[in-house]
Amino acid sequence: MIFSIVRAGWMNLRRDRAAMMLSFIVPIVFFSIFATVFGSRGDSGTSKIKLAVADEDHSERSKELIDGLKSETALTIVEAPKDGAKFTAASAEEYVRAGNIAVALVVPKGFGESKISFYSGAKDKSPAFRLFADTSDPIAPRVVSGLLQKVVMTAAPELMMSSGIDAMDRFGGGLTDEQKATLNGNMASFHKQRAANPTVSSAGDGLVPIEVSDVLGKTKKNPLVAFYAAGIGVMFLLFTASNAGGALLEESESGTLDRILTTRVTLTTLLLGKLVYLWTLGLVQLVVMFVWGAIAFKLELLKHLGGFAIMALATSLTTAAFGLLLASVSRTRAQLGAISTLTVLTISAIGGSMFPRFLMPASFQKAGLVLFNSWAIDGFTNVFWREAPLSSLVTPVAVLIGCALLFFVSARQLTRRWELA
Amino acid sequence: MHPITIESVVKSFGGRRVLDAISFELRDREVLGLLGPNGAGKSTLVRTIMGRVLPDSGDVRIHGNLAPAGDNAARAGVGVVPQEIALYPLLSPRENLVVFGRYYGLSGATLNSAIDEALEWAGLSDRANEPSKTFSGGMKRRLNMAAGVLHKPRVLLLDEPTVGVDPQSRERIYTMIEQLRVNGVSLIYTTHYMEEVERLCDRIVIIDHGRVVGTGTKDELVRATIGSQREIVVDFADGTRETRLTDDPGEMLHVLSAAEARGAVVRDVRLKSPSLENVFLHLTGRELRE
Repeated sequence: MIFSIVRAGWMNLRRDRAAMMLSFIVPIVFFSIFATVFGSRGDSGTSKIKLAVADEDHSERSKELIDGLKSETALTIVEAPKDGAKFTAASAEEYVRAGNIAVALVVPKGFGESKISFYSGAKDKSPAFRLFADTSDPIAPRVVSGLLQKVVMTAAPELMMSSGIDAMDRFGGGLTDEQKATLNGNMASFHKQRAANPTVSSAGDGLVPIEVSDVLGKTKKNPLVAFYAAGIGVMFLLFTASNAGGALLEESESGTLDRILTTRVTLTTLLLGKLVYLWTLGLVQLVVMFVWGAIAFKLELLKHLGGFAIMALATSLTTAAFGLLLASVSRTRAQLGAISTLTVLTISAIGGSMFPRFLMPASFQKAGLVLFNSWAIDGFTNVFWREAPLSSLVTPVAVLIGCALLFFVSARQLTRRWELA
Repeated sequence: MHPITIESVVKSFGGRRVLDAISFELRDREVLGLLGPNGAGKSTLVRTIMGRVLPDSGDVRIHGNLAPAGDNAARAGVGVVPQEIALYPLLSPRENLVVFGRYYGLSGATLNSAIDEALEWAGLSDRANEPSKTFSGGMKRRLNMAAGVLHKPRVLLLDEPTVGVDPQSRERIYTMIEQLRVNGVSLIYTTHYMEEVERLCDRIVIIDHGRVVGTGTKDELVRATIGSQREIVVDFADGTRETRLTDDPGEMLHVLSAAEARGAVVRDVRLKSPSLENVFLHLTGRELRE
């Protein structure tokens, strides 16, 4: 009897394509996406952090430091923007602010002549490195700080050694002239030895002063809320639109659609009506969410009302058209459930709703650009996170409206099956 | 000009011919019964008349004018009550009627008055603001009908309006149809219930396998198929029944004698005028509900 029940279950599952898709295809797709993003497809580490470097010292030692950073497998060093001059402190900061990179390092003038500060209050304290960070990626500046400490000591061991001798001279009761001469002699031979065999050695950290500057978040009351409001908002807009678009399929299955099409309402009029309904629904949903964010999480909605209005209008229009497209592709409500779950979760993962796109491999970051939701998230991020001027929304809004048109026209074509039997 | 004329309509789905050169007309102010078993093509025919099915060949005319599929303007004076409960279950009757009234182009006082009349006609005035999903099957059917007459059509197509309805609600629906007839509405009434056709319809079109197999009043159909014969019906104590068509009522005695001779106990015997069931059996060689 139990065998019969099991058999009946498998027989039903085999004929239910929607359930099959949810059971097997969705987990495989998601496993692949997460494995690719976090497993880097067979590479041992996570994706590299891109670091812009501005060298204000231009010394032999600063060059050695940058070369040391380049040899770090966790970093990709960018010394100049595409087709541009080498970074200065100002241009590196602007590069971060524009969202091109998550973190930039400024090697300060005087670094080559400075000593390591083994104690606080040292007179000859070395000038501080500056890190400009986009803290929407909270990991990158911390990783770069740690690696910088390491590289300063491993790439410039003479600095470490001479600073150590100075500290010993100060706190060890003073070195004799003979001891100093011997140590300096050893330094020279160490320098020669290192030139012959430039391997790195391990060292501690925390000895190099680094000033981290949060380029984008420093003026915000609750910086990360702005970032996540966009991602989560767009993802739930997609779920709402695809679910509400299913009303069309319910009307088709119940015969209501047939009845409506015997009145003065044409299929195009009906679809336009549904589009506007879904548009207003999405708009209200975004307003409710962002107002709640402003009340509960200090999201600066009033300060960015214009940008929010533009992005909310464009995003909810496109998600509405996308919801109609999903409904028109599907044959039944159950099929729509499976297709929309798979599609919305996939494009949300790749588009940056679940985790920021800058954490993804470069290929995924590029792939995200073909998805309308990543443009929506970028637009909202421009408004609330980068506080970019409204002109920065032209491209995202144009892409969104173009996608909305494409989705609607496709949906109209696909629903021709409802027009006449 | 007849309100509706169907001329040699043919329609196939996937190689299966569902409507096979169907022709008939709905006359002014008549109730025309479209009788046939399930799967005979009745609903496809109604959908063709409503312009929702594109015929492979043949024409539909409304008041003499060609009404191509999809041309809703040509069907402005025609209403339809589909077989399905084609309503929004979460909305109340009034809200449903507002939606469909607007789809028919009504608004303002005209719409409100049409809704009040339709609710009154359907006997739902006192439940007008309750969610329709809580209604009984009969009430939903009546609301389904009300949504089809908001624009006061002079021609109404009713596709099996009493399916799944209890006898009491069915009576109520019959009354609603009688009121339409009194108001001069021409009706096409599809059903597979013969008693409904006999009670409500002026003329009958019998359809089987997508073809018209008989047209006329009940008397005309009986005369054309069975003639003057009567039906002898004998019910036996063991639950079996014997029927026989005959021109001679005296044959009833022979039937009873034969039963007695073989030891069968007769429970009831009667002589019946032929029914549409007999007509259908005669025309198609099978029972209507087979």
